[in-house]
Parts: sequence; C-alpha cells; structure tokens
Amino acid sequence: MTRLILRRLALLVPTLLGLSVLLFLWVRALPGGPATALLGERATPEAVERINALYGFDRPLPQQYVTWLGQLLQGNFGVSTRTGRPVGDEFWARFPATVELSLVALLIAVCVGVPLGYLAARRQGRLVDHAAVVTSLLGVTIPVFFLAFLLKWLFAVQLGWFPSSGRQDPAMIATHPTGFYVLDGLLTREWDASWDALVHLVLPALALGTIPLAIIARITRASVIDVQHADYVRTARAKGLSAPHVRSRVLLHNAMLPVSTTIGLQVGLLLSGAVLTETVFAFPGVGKFLADAVFNLDYAVLQGFILLIAVVYALVNLAVDVSYGLIDPRMRTR
Amino acid sequence: MRTRWQIVAGVVVAGLALTGCAASERDPEGSGSDGATGGGRDTFIFAASGDPASMDPAFASDGESFRVARQIFEGLVGVEPGTADPAPLLAESWDVSDDGLEYTFHLKEDVTFQDGTEFDGEAVCFNFERWNNFTGVLQSESLSYYWQKVNGGFATSDVASLNGTGKYESCEAPDASTAVIHLRSPLPELVSALSLPSFSMQSPTALQEYDADAVTGDGEAPVLPEYATGHPTGTGPYQFESWSPGEEVVLTAYDGYWGDQGQVKRIVFPIISDATARRQALQAGDIDGYDLVGPADVVALEEAGFQIVNRDPFNVLYLGMNQANPDLADLKVRQAIAHAIDKDALVAQTLPEGTEVATNFVPPAVVGWNEDVATYEYDPAKAKALLAEAGKSGLTIDFNYPTNVSRPYMPTPEQVFTAIEADLEAVGITVNPVPDPWNPEYLDKIQGGQEHGLHLLGWTGDYNDTYNFIGVFFGGPSNEWGFDNAELFTAINEARYVADVDAQREAYEVANAAILEFLPGIPLAHPVPSLAFKADVHGYPASPVQDEVYNVITLGD
Repeated sequence: MTRLILRRLALLVPTLLGLSVLLFLWVRALPGGPATALLGERATPEAVERINALYGFDRPLPQQYVTWLGQLLQGNFGVSTRTGRPVGDEFWARFPATVELSLVALLIAVCVGVPLGYLAARRQGRLVDHAAVVTSLLGVTIPVFFLAFLLKWLFAVQLGWFPSSGRQDPAMIATHPTGFYVLDGLLTREWDASWDALVHLVLPALALGTIPLAIIARITRASVIDVQHADYVRTARAKGLSAPHVRSRVLLHNAMLPVSTTIGLQVGLLLSGAVLTETVFAFPGVGKFLADAVFNLDYAVLQGFILLIAVVYALVNLAVDVSYGLIDPRMRTR
Repeated sequence: MRTRWQIVAGVVVAGLALTGCAASERDPEGSGSDGATGGGRDTFIFAASGDPASMDPAFASDGESFRVARQIFEGLVGVEPGTADPAPLLAESWDVSDDGLEYTFHLKEDVTFQDGTEFDGEAVCFNFERWNNFTGVLQSESLSYYWQKVNGGFATSDVASLNGTGKYESCEAPDASTAVIHLRSPLPELVSALSLPSFSMQSPTALQEYDADAVTGDGEAPVLPEYATGHPTGTGPYQFESWSPGEEVVLTAYDGYWGDQGQVKRIVFPIISDATARRQALQAGDIDGYDLVGPADVVALEEAGFQIVNRDPFNVLYLGMNQANPDLADLKVRQAIAHAIDKDALVAQTLPEGTEVATNFVPPAVVGWNEDVATYEYDPAKAKALLAEAGKSGLTIDFNYPTNVSRPYMPTPEQVFTAIEADLEAVGITVNPVPDPWNPEYLDKIQGGQEHGLHLLGWTGDYNDTYNFIGVFFGGPSNEWGFDNAELFTAINEARYVADVDAQREAYEVANAAILEFLPGIPLAHPVPSLAFKADVHGYPASPVQDEVYNVITLGD
C-alpha cells in the first residue's frame, strides 16, 4: 500500500513538470507575448520593453523557465495583477468555497444517483426504470451553465426560494475561522449563518451535481443488473440466505465497486464544472476567480491556479485509488 | 421490503431537505433583516459591477473606486445635492484672491479621521503636498490621473512635460481651521475639481503608518501598498471593514462622524459583473439596488414593484465625423448629415425615457451651455440639397460603432447605429457598417488611429466644468476628429483660465457656438442613467456626478 502511494507520488512529479512546461509555453505563445497581455493592445513599445525587463521576459526561454520553476518550488506563484496579492494566497482563500460546493454537489449526486440507479435496475423495463434512464440521459446532455441559468431563473428570480448569488447573505455578519461557511456556523454556534450558507449552496450544487448524478445513476443501474445475474448471487440465494441479506451484503456490496470508481472520477470533473457554475451564481470560489482572470488577462493567476488545481486533482485521484485498495483487496496486490 | 422503502424515503427526504424546507425559510423581502445585528434593517446592499481599482482615492479615476471612496472620504468641497455645483463640505467657505492665485479654505471644526487623527489645516497641506510630490510610478496616468489633469504636473518629474509644470505652488496652515493654497497661475476650475473623490482628505497618520506611497511594479501593472488595499482612512460616515476582491467590499458606520450618521450602519457592495445577474439578484431579493439598469429592464422592473430612480444626465452622446476622411472634411457634407438625422425620433426609439435631445457638447446644467448655437433641424430635403451642392450625391461612408457594450451615455449602441443608418440611407448616403468590440478594438480604432469615418462615442462629466467636456474633445488635434483648427483650440484653452466667473461663462458660450458652426460632430442626446431599488429603499441621493453618500438613505416601510 505504501509502495503504491509512493509510486503515485513519484509519478506526480513528471506530470506536473510537463504541465508547467505547457503552461509556460502557452503564456509565451499569446499574441504579443506576456507584456502585451499585461498592458493591453495599446501599450507603447517603451512600456512593453519596461515590462519585459521588469519580469525578465527579455531573457532566453530556458533561463526564464528555470527562474519561474525555482520560484514555484519556493511556493512563489507570482502576484495577481488584478488584486496585487500573491497568487497562492488568492487560491487558498477561495479553495474552501469550491471544496464546500463540490462536496455538497457530490453528496446530492451520490445520495440521489445511487438509489435511482438501484431502483431502476431492480425494476428493469418498468416505469421507474424508463424514467431513470431518461433523467440520466437529460442530466448528461444539458450543459452545466444552461442548467445553472435555468435553476437560477426559476428558483431564485421567479419563485424567490433561493438566493441568486454569493455564499452568504451580505447582510449577515458572521465569523469564518475555517473558510468553510457551513462548518464555521456550527463551530461558532451561529446557526443562522450555517443555514444561510447551506441555502446559498443549494442551487449551484444542484447545477454542479447533475452530471455526476446522471453518470452515477447509469453506472449503478448497469452494475446492479450485472451483479444480480451473477453466479455468486444465485448461489447465495440457493444456499437459502434471506432476500434482504442477499441484497444488502452480496448484491449491493459487489455492485458498488465500479460505482465507487465512478464517484472518484467525478471529483475531478467537479472542479472543471465549478468554473461555469460559480460564474453563473457569482459564487466566490476558485472557479469564478479563474474565469475572472481570463477576462482580466491576469496571467499569473491563470498559470498558478491551473497548476494548483492540477496538484489538487492528482492528490484527490491518489486518495481515491488508495480507498479502492481498502475496499477491494485485489487492488492491493497489483 | 423494508430496505426498498428506506431507499425511497431517503430520496424523498433528501429532496425535501434540499428544496422545500430550505425554501420555506427564505423570505425574499427580508434578506436584510436577519443577521447578528438584531432587530431593524440597517444594512444597505448595493451591487457593484466591478472591483474598485484602489481604496486610496488619490490613485483612482474609476466609478467603482469613487463609489466606495465617497462613503469613506470627504473632500474640502462637495456638491449641492442632486446637482453638479460645488458646495461646502470639509471647508465651510473659501475666499479667492483677485488674481486667482490664493485660495483660503475655512475648515469645519471638530472633525476627526476614522483613526482618531484631528482634521485641520496641517492635514489639508499634508494631502496637497503628497499629491504634488508623487514620484516615479505614482506619476503614471493609471494612478494619479486627476491630479495630472487638473494640476498639470508634479513638483519634480523625469517626464519633461510634468516636471514642475503644475499650477499648485504651496500650502500653508496659519491656524488649525484654515488652509491656504497658493497657485503659480490661475486655475478657475480648482474648486469644482476638488469635489472629485481623488482629492479627498486622508488621514496623514494612516497614510504614513501604512506606507501609502509605496507602490511597486509598473504604472500599467501597479502593485498597491497596504494602505490602498486595506486601510483607507477618511472623515466620512463609513469606515473600511473588508475587501475580498471579486466578492465584496464591506463598510461600517464611523461612530465619531461629525455629521448625521443616519439609519444605514453597514454597507455591502457585492461584486456582480454581469448586468443580467445584477437584475436577477435584485429580483431574487439578494440586494437592495444597483445602477446602470438596462433601458430594456426599466419597465419590467417597475411593473414588478421595484423603484426606478434616474440620475440627472451629466453626459453627452455624439456622432463624430472624422475629417481625416476627405468626404467628411467638407463642411457641407457634415451639415447634410446633421440635417439628415431625426434626433427626436432617435431619442424616443433608442434611449431611456427622460432623455433630452442634445444641442451642445455639454449638458444644459454645465456653465457655458449656449441656447443659441446652430441646431440643424431635421430636414431630409435640405440634406439632399447640401450633398448635391457638395457634389457628393451617392456618397458611401464608413460608420464605426461598438458592440456588446453599455455605457451610461449609450446603453444600446447597436440600436442607435441602426436608427442613424436608416436616416442617412434615406437621404442617399450608403452606410458601410464597421462594428467592433468596445475594448480594446473600438476605442483603439477611434482614438488611436485615422481609419474611421462616422463614429458613436460620448462622455460623462467628472465635475461641473465646461473644459471637462469640450476641452477633452476639442482641446487640441486628435485622431478621433482628424482636424486642426487653431482658432477653435485657442478659444477653448483660453476660456479655461479666465479667472472671472462671468467672463468665463461668456467665453465658453462663444466657444460652444464656434464648435457647432464648425460642426466636427453632432451632439445627439443626454441619456438619463437609471438605478433600480427594492420598494422599501427611501431617499437614495441620486446625483448627476454620482456623489451619493448612503447615510441619508432610510430602509423599511
């Protein structure tokens, strides 16, 4: 197990190095170069020269790359041109928001997707099954941003049931020791604040969770159908085990394995979906800041955030793989 | 069977918990009434369309920074509520010497900055000296734009045109309640200009403590010091609490405020960059109000029970006619175009209700607006005749207009373009449409080069001063207009420094008449900018120059 973790961590190094080279070349390949990106199209040649000298863009490419890498290794991701603060600080300040949103989205996806898929499989060919298949098909087909707009328009603007934007009612005064607003409210016993943060999470989490929900439901359905015809299930029944016992111990346990793989894969996808969802709901997380950085040509933020997201993504995947090892002994021997 | 029902029950409970129950707790009208403040509604939530550029107003020239600065800071001079005219604020009165070189400001007493520092003559001089002694990166236009525009230079500078060229000479404080500003040459617009947030009084203690001038980086990409991101300190009714870029700015009441604190004890500016999202946030009850309401949304919001408040227009929308284009260099062609446009119909069809048709390049509220300028009434027959006279029947012309942008003076450029295009086609001018995205293409093309014909642009005034309009447009040769008319340039620039108020008004009236004779462009309209609020927001102090301080607002029925 330890060897698996170490090997995966070792693999992470070349992956991130490769990504850093790509990001580095991408920024250099932008029209007019990074100086023009910073200064805009109307920059005078003198200003471009000054910026190039200031940030070292006039030096040879390999030398620039090594300098940048050196700074990265010291945890220096550069400074956001929009806020004037270190990119690393900006990332970690917004990370809890995105984690909170992703967790609630995943919770919705799992808590609705698994039972839906299970029900559909057990009632294969019946109304519930057809409904589930159509729902999951719709879920993967509707673009996230469209669904987000739709949910917002209906439940926030027309019905007024939920807020349309942000993480917390601006009128609310609350303290945030951890940055996870729902948790913060529980820790500080500000129940109102906790509830308010949760209410703000509902619509964005529904939008973000729909695609994973649909995928999880489909995989669960397929997996349960597969397993319920397996020999060992028939054997278990033949041995006279009670139906509930067969369902919960034999069927579900075995059917859940591919489902948990799928759930793990969805975690990474949630991060990319967050860019769109957070933008639509003006939800101040990593995704919205990244989208803002595109509009503001904030290249230090673009480079830094994408690298940091890659690190988080890799670590999450590693954690998922380790958890398989714990669920399925066969994984450990590989 | 039990497990199946457990699963079904689980799904139902999860669904209910996530939708129904959450919903029942939410009261769309009462979003401001809860929270730890208890009881009455005292938080005012106003959606901003972007982050402020800087919390230090001396480094700002954008509306978002000014909006926040006006709550925290006060200047020597304010404006009469609802107008653009200067009025006493931290200075209760002022005397100007006959030669226009000495301004004596009599200061309000018992005023303290939010850090407890006394506001007095020394503090005034500290601020003026600070602006005048900006060096290096602080002298870039992106930081000290207004000091440069108004004063003309700095004490010293590496740039020859800014080195010692300022009108400001020195400041003295003979006693705590007096500050005397000495000028090198007259600057009649000084008092009006001092109403700009850029010239707000800031606490000398805080400026020094938090290294306000320690800007690093480059003028185009400055990295602001601690003061400008987290410690702005003024004398206004609200003090800075927090700024989370891209998220919100929060201000709280300053207990030691010299004036009336009012009902609003806390201001939150959530940053919502998308106009539709701002409207939806209002409809969903998340915010109390927002500005730059799209003309198309006004009626719908009013019908839904929201309040629409209009600012008096302090702007002008015009059609530019670039004389670098040989056809437009012909005065008869320009006159023909002026006669071809039905301004009344244009305003009625494409601009917000309440918009005035423009005749001058300044709004009527500005000194020097001239009732008797040439107005070029709508007359298609005359337009055709003028074109024939000029030998330009069957003229084809480029028409540049911006897309995907909404400015206070031009909410829907595409519609304005379409209306004018139809008018021009009706008199036999073929229009070649040249649409461009606003930033950077459009502005770059109009202001940075010669390659354009007709174009749509406008301006919102900074403070009540004629030069702030016509000087910006016609103070000298430029790519936008493509002409060189020394007589006109001189008339405008000389009017700027006439010390006597009446004589200056007359000089500006003459200049405005000369502009409309020469006809470099056609003033079209002064569109009203709209704000939208919840029904229970009362007394929003709408101001043509956006001098809107929230301590006069009341909330609730």
